[in-house]
Amino acid sequence: MSEALKVPTMAEYMAQGKQPEVLFWVGCAGSFDDRAKKITKAFAKLLNNAGVDFAVLGTEESCTGDPAKRAGNEFLFQMQAMMNIQVLDGYEIKKIVTTCPHCFNTLKNEYPDLGGNYEVMHHTQFLKSLMNEGRLKVEGGKFKGKRITFHDPCYLGRANNEYEAPRELLQKLEVELVEMKRCKTRGLCCGAGGAQMFKEPEKGNKDINVERTEEAIETQPSIIAAGCPFCNTMITDGVKAKEKEASIQVMDIAEMIANAADL
Amino acid sequence: MQYIPNILFLVILIFGIGYFTKNIRKIIRNIKLGQAVDASDNKGQRWNNVIRIALGQSKMVVRPIPGLLHLIVYLGFIIINIEVLEIIIDGIFGTHRIFSSLGSFYGFLIASFEILAVLVFVSVIVFWIRRNIIRLKRFWNPEMKGWPKNDGNFILYFEMVLMTLFLIMNATDVHFQEMNNGNIVSKYIAGWMSVTPESTLYIIERVAWWLHIVGILIFLNYLYFSKHLHIILAFPNVYFGSVTPKGKFTNLESVTNEVKLMMDPSADPYAAPPEGAETPAKFGASDVMDLTTTQLLNAYTCTECGRCTSECPANQTGKKLSPRKIMMDTRDRLEEVGKNVDKNVEFQPDGKQLLDDYISREELWACTTCNACVEACPVSIDPLSIIMSMRQYLVMEQSAAPNELNITMTNIENNAAPWPFNQMDRANWINES
Repeated sequence: MSEALKVPTMAEYMAQGKQPEVLFWVGCAGSFDDRAKKITKAFAKLLNNAGVDFAVLGTEESCTGDPAKRAGNEFLFQMQAMMNIQVLDGYEIKKIVTTCPHCFNTLKNEYPDLGGNYEVMHHTQFLKSLMNEGRLKVEGGKFKGKRITFHDPCYLGRANNEYEAPRELLQKLEVELVEMKRCKTRGLCCGAGGAQMFKEPEKGNKDINVERTEEAIETQPSIIAAGCPFCNTMITDGVKAKEKEASIQVMDIAEMIANAADL
Repeated sequence: MQYIPNILFLVILIFGIGYFTKNIRKIIRNIKLGQAVDASDNKGQRWNNVIRIALGQSKMVVRPIPGLLHLIVYLGFIIINIEVLEIIIDGIFGTHRIFSSLGSFYGFLIASFEILAVLVFVSVIVFWIRRNIIRLKRFWNPEMKGWPKNDGNFILYFEMVLMTLFLIMNATDVHFQEMNNGNIVSKYIAGWMSVTPESTLYIIERVAWWLHIVGILIFLNYLYFSKHLHIILAFPNVYFGSVTPKGKFTNLESVTNEVKLMMDPSADPYAAPPEGAETPAKFGASDVMDLTTTQLLNAYTCTECGRCTSECPANQTGKKLSPRKIMMDTRDRLEEVGKNVDKNVEFQPDGKQLLDDYISREELWACTTCNACVEACPVSIDPLSIIMSMRQYLVMEQSAAPNELNITMTNIENNAAPWPFNQMDRANWINES
């Protein structure tokens, strides 16, 4: 790491009487999971690098309630949502970016019914806009010409119809993008959604993440690109189960861009 | 005496349409057993969906082979039915091919009917082969045993017979063949039959004509008992389908009221409910009456094609969950409840419900909420919403979530994260190397 990360909190901004351009919603995985923290840091580096004036909620952030809602606990979800909306509205937040498609979907689609209205972007959409505005340079670097397949997160793709932003970023990295048989609208889930991440799967003849990883491996990629910390975990586990971790890496697109720029 | 055929025709027609109407009313009544939904929003988007998805078959062609075959049968069904209008007029008034005075336009119409009849016949044969010889996996899932499997084949046989009767009826119509106007296919069949005496041809023609119209009326009435209702219900179903991003799950208003009360510091937790207050709603669904009218319409619309199940990650990896079965179970239970209402005027508890007696908890908990089933459905059915409603019942009414999820939810409540980490450590990543 070349220089220390600059990650101010909303409280600090408030104390200075300033308002950031965007709030970075880190999410639970991004805050606590060791693998996902690397994605968080890579994205924060990119924001620093592009000179984006952003802040995080820090210790004031809490679970959006997505896993509770999908598990059927509407009470807990709405409690979380209303508390979060109070914090967000207290800071007069207008725009949010997040590295987790589950947080993205919940904040964007399910908070408005409870009074929380924000412009919410997934980090791949935000990075794309930075790139288009010329604030962020995305170049191939070490990924140039590498075979890479992209796994569509359900809550970015089918749930919100965003298939192109991550692919455009990958194309800017000058990779050889190879699609899996089931991709975009017909992309196969990694197996983590709907609170499955937090429980053992039901009885079956295979784990969903293994099924998905096998399909990814068929494309003979050197990297499986992801846009969700949970997909990342599931597919990393799949790659390990198939004993391919020596030849195939699972990386978030933010990590790839940060890596390519040697940040 | 000469009016006997006309009267007979009218009686058959009235009985056929009357019985069908009676059953359709029953379907509407059953659907209304569900919770009312407001679909008065986004009218433009809704009509757009009907035109694109239902009329335009936009989602059918995602799978090109069955999509194309279905398009032929669909167009054939709509266009050949123009002929039924002529048959009805002829039948009531004792006329013969009343529209033939239209001249070359009539020839054009009949020619398109005949070509479509052949194409439909061929497509239906291919459908039959896909089901019974190639045995595509989605037609052989466990929920397709018995009646659902036979139902699928019966519909194909019906269509084969109706198309054959239509062509025979035209081929043996001596008068029509003499006109030589539009008999583009039937003239060949007529050619093969040229040695048959005219009197025999007349009998065959009359028999085919009567069987054709009676067959159509039987098929119409068969719809109510089969999975084939989609030919009618697909249109309203698409209209009432979701117009929001798939990721947006419904907000439970009844819960919002409770949560607001909980978060109101001035609320008195021991206050008695005001006079005449409504009893709190049941959260989620354990039976069909708890589902919304849209969800119940979904169940009647499902034609059991299995595209949802073949895209479901849980089903593809051998789990018990099959989104198609969720829809079939919902309809089966709704019909059972409907029969109960027929008998008792109002529903009398029968000791059964949708949960456990039809849909098991194991199925409900296998869902990843990935929306693949919703995306796959060509007629905007949402099996995921039923799964979610039933999970809500399990969690909020029964506290019956799998234990690991109870731990997850406790963590969210206590630590604001699904894992047992302290909220105060949330920003630690910033300073970790």
